[in-house]
Amino acid sequence: MADLTTEFVGIRSPNPFWLASAPPTDKEYNVRRAFAAGWGGVVWKTLGLDPHCVNVNGPRYGAVWGADRRLLGMNNIELITDRPLEVNLREIKAVKRDWPDRAMVVSLMVPCDEQSWKGILPLVEETGADGVELNFGCPHGMSERGMGSAVGQVPEYIEMVTRWCKQATRMPVIVKLTPNVTDIRAPARAAKAGGADAVSLINTINSITSVNLDTMSPEPMIDGKGTHGGYCGPAVKPIALNMVAEIARDPETCGLPISGIGGVTTWRDAAEFLALGAGNVQCCTVVMTYGFKVVQEMITGLSNWMDDKGYASVADVSGRAVPNVTDWQYLNLNYVAKARIDPDACIGCGRCYAACEDTSHQAIAMKPGRIFEVIDEECVACNLCVNVCPVEGCIEMVPMAAGATDPRTGQVVSPDYANWTTHQNNPAARRAAE
Amino acid sequence: MAHTSQTPGVVSGRLQAEDYARNFCDLHPPLDPHAALVAADRCYFCHDAPCIAACPTEIDIPLFIRQIQTGMPRAAGRTILDANILGGMCARVCPTETLCEGACVRQTAEAKPVEIGRLQRNATDALMAAGPQPYARAASTGFRVAVVGAGPAGLACAHRLALHGHDVAVFDARPKPGGLNEYGIAAYKTPDGFAQAELAWLLGIGGITMHTGVQMGRDLSLAELREDHDAVFLGLGLTGVNALRAEGDALAHVHDAVDFIADLRQAGDKRRIPVGRRVVVIGGGMTAVDAAVQAKLLGAERVTMVYRRTRDRMGASQHELLHAASKGVQVMTGAAPVRLLGDRVVKGVEFAATDPASGAVRPDDHFVLPADQVFKAIGQRLGPAPGGLEIAGGKITVTGPGRSALPDVWAGGDCALGGADLTVTAVAEGRDAAEDIHARLTGAGRIAAE
Repeated sequence: MADLTTEFVGIRSPNPFWLASAPPTDKEYNVRRAFAAGWGGVVWKTLGLDPHCVNVNGPRYGAVWGADRRLLGMNNIELITDRPLEVNLREIKAVKRDWPDRAMVVSLMVPCDEQSWKGILPLVEETGADGVELNFGCPHGMSERGMGSAVGQVPEYIEMVTRWCKQATRMPVIVKLTPNVTDIRAPARAAKAGGADAVSLINTINSITSVNLDTMSPEPMIDGKGTHGGYCGPAVKPIALNMVAEIARDPETCGLPISGIGGVTTWRDAAEFLALGAGNVQCCTVVMTYGFKVVQEMITGLSNWMDDKGYASVADVSGRAVPNVTDWQYLNLNYVAKARIDPDACIGCGRCYAACEDTSHQAIAMKPGRIFEVIDEECVACNLCVNVCPVEGCIEMVPMAAGATDPRTGQVVSPDYANWTTHQNNPAARRAAE
Repeated sequence: MAHTSQTPGVVSGRLQAEDYARNFCDLHPPLDPHAALVAADRCYFCHDAPCIAACPTEIDIPLFIRQIQTGMPRAAGRTILDANILGGMCARVCPTETLCEGACVRQTAEAKPVEIGRLQRNATDALMAAGPQPYARAASTGFRVAVVGAGPAGLACAHRLALHGHDVAVFDARPKPGGLNEYGIAAYKTPDGFAQAELAWLLGIGGITMHTGVQMGRDLSLAELREDHDAVFLGLGLTGVNALRAEGDALAHVHDAVDFIADLRQAGDKRRIPVGRRVVVIGGGMTAVDAAVQAKLLGAERVTMVYRRTRDRMGASQHELLHAASKGVQVMTGAAPVRLLGDRVVKGVEFAATDPASGAVRPDDHFVLPADQVFKAIGQRLGPAPGGLEIAGGKITVTGPGRSALPDVWAGGDCALGGADLTVTAVAEGRDAAEDIHARLTGAGRIAAE
């Protein structure tokens, strides 16, 4: 059995599945239920200074649905905790006392001055919490007040506040980053420069999920008006994975522990975040959709997969895929593949044909009896047919063997690696000395 | 004393009022809006979709399902009706398992097709509930077209002709228009007066005058119709019934199944329909199933459907046979009726076993099924056909879109050669004949004007 125990910036937890700072971790009742269900840790919903925040009294969440109303994306306009600081601190202390083996990290967001940050840290320390997470991510509401993503979008502020906190506490400091930036590496570098023990990402993405066409107002709508919210859920996973990988492979930040967040819905999603360099993952939308019980699938799934692959610990998995994330210019242009449609698996829907014929390379033939066949002379292996096929595994991309001739180009497939940096069409190609 | 299923003889009121209500309610109740969305989400929006090819009227099924998906059932209804003006009835009576749903790729993938029939009903119900039929009639052309038979073929033809601005006179021998929609479909497939409601909705286009109780050959002749009209469409249906050719045909309580089915449809109160305790239905088609199932639903204790040949040669689909079995109908194959037994009233049917390969009776292998009511359902045929038409295989010979041997006469539906004897096929043939008539008339009109 694989060992799912993780130690992340010195914080131990029985598994790498934490709940992110969000509505599910807002209070003692929920967190106790989460721990009872098996969650390895929580990041308590962000605390602020009293007088505490207030929330709207109408809808806080918007949604994007897929087929059968499966929740693919959600956004929210909820602020940080709307309960008194003292209440939260008391509950954190009580839960940590009863669940000492679980990770208890406390998210914080206070005004961007040294006194505010240095003032709240001792109060958190007193609860026995294992660490703090600095919320530089929330893109809605709090950012209008100069907090949350307003800090996370200015690397200098990130570094400054991180440094204040590291000076004021013995607890590990995790810096939570906003994705609402052009290059995630700059805020990550700033956090590291400020002494952060880790970064966590991504926080939510600026978004309007839909427009109510009756009232002509964005959703979620409050009395006829709406505001942008923070987008999360399965839809944001690709964005999060890329940002995690960017930090993991940046020479300036590689090795900085990362807590992966963004649409983790199944054990597989978690494994992918780990593979791209995360040391653990944080979840939210999945439990807001299905309840805390999903962690049982995540634990058993990750464990079984690790057993199958021979990974003994989470640390063995962490970062495994990072060396394979590269720039486009280093991709092997001598790699040639062709789509292959398995006629036995094909159900004859013809979506591959429509997609290829209308929008791609006219590389699929539709033959009598709804037989679909790839035309190798036209196929560029773009993968669109695979993506639109409703049957998993029906269409695959088969690499051509070296020495074979690509019927599309007439070129013999070379066994050698060759990329854009040396390609004849690249005006900046570096050539070997003549 | 109230009757029960075991009361001997042929009596009415074998069941309680609530049993009738339950037995004759909608076989496939409408999808509620949520269920419709869930069902619609399963459609893959196939390219050149097999379901369209499998539909005789070629409804753009992926498009209408996508319109349901996106919250526009009325637009979906319009997509359906553009191809099939009786899309509401077809949604209820089509053997979808052998047509669109049989061709659905999810049938291939999971043995669970998209519920196209019920989605079609969802869309057509929504459109029909939204108000009058949505088509605007073209300016009057002054052409007059006669349509004989107000069944699916005739109605589809009449609506399309009226749409193009022609004046249409529809003649039907029965007291009510609708043809098989009104008289020939099991009551539980189209309850609550849907056939007449759809008809009234369809006639809302205007330009169609309906003459019922008028029978061609008795009340008017084809020659007269041709004289008074620029074109004639014959949607006569099959009004003749094949003879049993067995002794005892004239005994009491021996009926044609089509009459039983029609009576059931016309009966306001199903309690008043008498049914035997032991019922034998002779035949293996859809009519036999409809009669057998409804006899059971009326409270008959034992209903046996007997077919001469093997099960795979029955006209009724596997789906229909399963439905019959689920209602308690016993299906017996490989036996042909030899004689009906009884003095004045039928008491039983003597059958001879048949050879599975040839269907020939075995003279030495007879058995008797007790019966106090017998329904004959061994096929319908064309009634008396007017002169001048070519008849082949018991049907009016047509070429292309329903053109008969007479230049100004078209035919479609069950009376015409070719195509399956289905409501949806009749609609397609009526519609296509209307387009051909329109092309012929307006082409001729242009020439005359020049």
